[in-house]
Amino acid sequence: MSDSRLDRTESQPGYVRRIWLSMFPFPLQSRSQRERPRFLLRNLILHFRPTLVPERTLRFSLTFGLGGMAAVLVLLQLFTGVLLKFVYEPLPTLAYESIGRLQGTFLFGRLIRNVHFWSANFLILVVFLHGLRVFFTGAFHAPRQMSWVIGLTLFLLVLASNLTGYLLPWDQLAYWATTICVGMLEYIPLIGTWVQRAILGGSQMGPPTLRNFYAFHTAVIPALIVALMAFHFWRVRKAGGLVIPRSPGEELPEKPIMVPTVPHLLLREATVALCLVAFVMGFSVVFDAPIGPPANPGFSPNPTKAPWYFAGVQEMLMHFHPSFALLIVFGALFYAFFVLPYVYYPSATKGIWFGSVNGRRTALVSLCAGAISSVLVIVLDEYVIDLVSWMPGLSQTLTNGAIPTALLILALVGYYFLLKRRFKLSRIEATQALMVFVVVSFVIMTVTCYFFRGQGMRLTWAF
Amino acid sequence: MKKKTNIKTIAKAADVSQSEISRRGFLQKLWVALGIVALGEFLWMALSFTRPRKGSGSKNQAGAIVPAGSIESFASGSVTAFQRGAFYLVRLDDGGFLALSCKCTHLGCTVPWVEKEKKFICPCHASTFDMKGDVINGPAGRPLDLFPMTIENKVVKVDAGRRIKRGGFRPDQVTYAKNS
Repeated sequence: MSDSRLDRTESQPGYVRRIWLSMFPFPLQSRSQRERPRFLLRNLILHFRPTLVPERTLRFSLTFGLGGMAAVLVLLQLFTGVLLKFVYEPLPTLAYESIGRLQGTFLFGRLIRNVHFWSANFLILVVFLHGLRVFFTGAFHAPRQMSWVIGLTLFLLVLASNLTGYLLPWDQLAYWATTICVGMLEYIPLIGTWVQRAILGGSQMGPPTLRNFYAFHTAVIPALIVALMAFHFWRVRKAGGLVIPRSPGEELPEKPIMVPTVPHLLLREATVALCLVAFVMGFSVVFDAPIGPPANPGFSPNPTKAPWYFAGVQEMLMHFHPSFALLIVFGALFYAFFVLPYVYYPSATKGIWFGSVNGRRTALVSLCAGAISSVLVIVLDEYVIDLVSWMPGLSQTLTNGAIPTALLILALVGYYFLLKRRFKLSRIEATQALMVFVVVSFVIMTVTCYFFRGQGMRLTWAF
Repeated sequence: MKKKTNIKTIAKAADVSQSEISRRGFLQKLWVALGIVALGEFLWMALSFTRPRKGSGSKNQAGAIVPAGSIESFASGSVTAFQRGAFYLVRLDDGGFLALSCKCTHLGCTVPWVEKEKKFICPCHASTFDMKGDVINGPAGRPLDLFPMTIENKVVKVDAGRRIKRGGFRPDQVTYAKNS
């Protein structure tokens, strides 16, 4: 009784203030160093981060802000994607026209589409580089193995998101690029045709295909990406922040110097995020997202190319029978990527760029070896090697598939052991050298297919 | 006396608890199995929901008989494209007919007929096929698909709904006009 009377006598804050206090019961601006960690814990979004981070992980040259950039780009995608949903119509007869309407009549319509298109492309690049950074700084070792696996899954989801989004304008580029991408599925044994039919929603591209792609692009994939991102961030926190960078041979102190996340990390992240958003906006003002003539199922343009992030795969298909190129080569690659952190590596190289001085040298050797040999193989296979007509008695599956695939695998395994013996490498250094080799070859294949293939997919000089 | 019964009951209880552990283990496994079955059911539901329905899309596939025209309108050694049904009507030099699918057997691009070279050349990965649909150059692994066709009263009809995959060209795939 007396309490309530006391309350009434005290001055009550106004309504606005009371609503504000119900949301933020504690001061936003922390008054002392001590309160800052508490501020972080009281915030749903911020509490994904550790309260304190090792000071050395703040170095820009450890991460280049790539993980944060990926997160910012995903947010940009969600924001622009939702806006596009208000205009876009997922029907083959209306889709192309609705894009035209978006670009022609809607205020900022063109800009919104450009931002969506370019940040989708940058996202692939950023996530790819982020993965490389994590690998080459040895940040996938325990306790970060699961983060690596989630990250790989996120990368696949980003690719899937890009591919499904690419079809939506229903123009010539999209229609045929998607046709060949979905055509690859047919070569998966046993379930291939079934999966292909399920994705197409029938035996050929049509309204059900667009409906499926739209549902995946705007609901299934974004939901999965957001959920896995939360998981990914949480794992970083559980691992006690990022891997601590050090130079080769340097021992880390037992207890690293810690600094509060707010403001040290938060300020850096905000800086990267703002610069990135400014860059994407600027880029989208200058460069328009491409759109071809409306889709025509009766006419494949010459040459028809997959979107750039699948150009490496398409180049692979130029040289190998599809069953082998897709299943054995890429299947093995993905298996290798997923089990990578679970292999036992005797030497601890966590936090050192390229593991050691020796590792740096062999990575460079591998870079050159990969670049030279892949260019050589592509050119030779185009003009000289023709296993199919050299061995006319054998079936094409053998001459075009099994034999070259076996040669490729032998070459890679041979390369691994050659390097290991020649440079006396540890397991992690040799694995890394092989990784450099594979990544460089894939980049070269992508560039070849995208820039150096012209009419009839023959090699041409682009410049 | 009292003590004895106590010991007995304790022993009994221990016995029971031991058997209970295995029973609990069994039940736990059962629950997990049931959970997996339930999950499977939901997945199956979702999959069958998204599967293409038989009613839709079959209109332009099954029983899509395309009347191509009179046999006299196709010269020997000619290739005519049909947008509807997406096939080529090929009249071989000996007067026989073949209905070839436009879809490249490699990755599904539409293959144009190049009159100059007398070949089908795919723009996507440069597979080439001869007039009968056989592969001249990879990466395509099998010849162009066939559609069944009939010639009734000198009119060519192609069933564009039934795609026939084949290993290679055989003379019995060619349809000839009767008493021509």
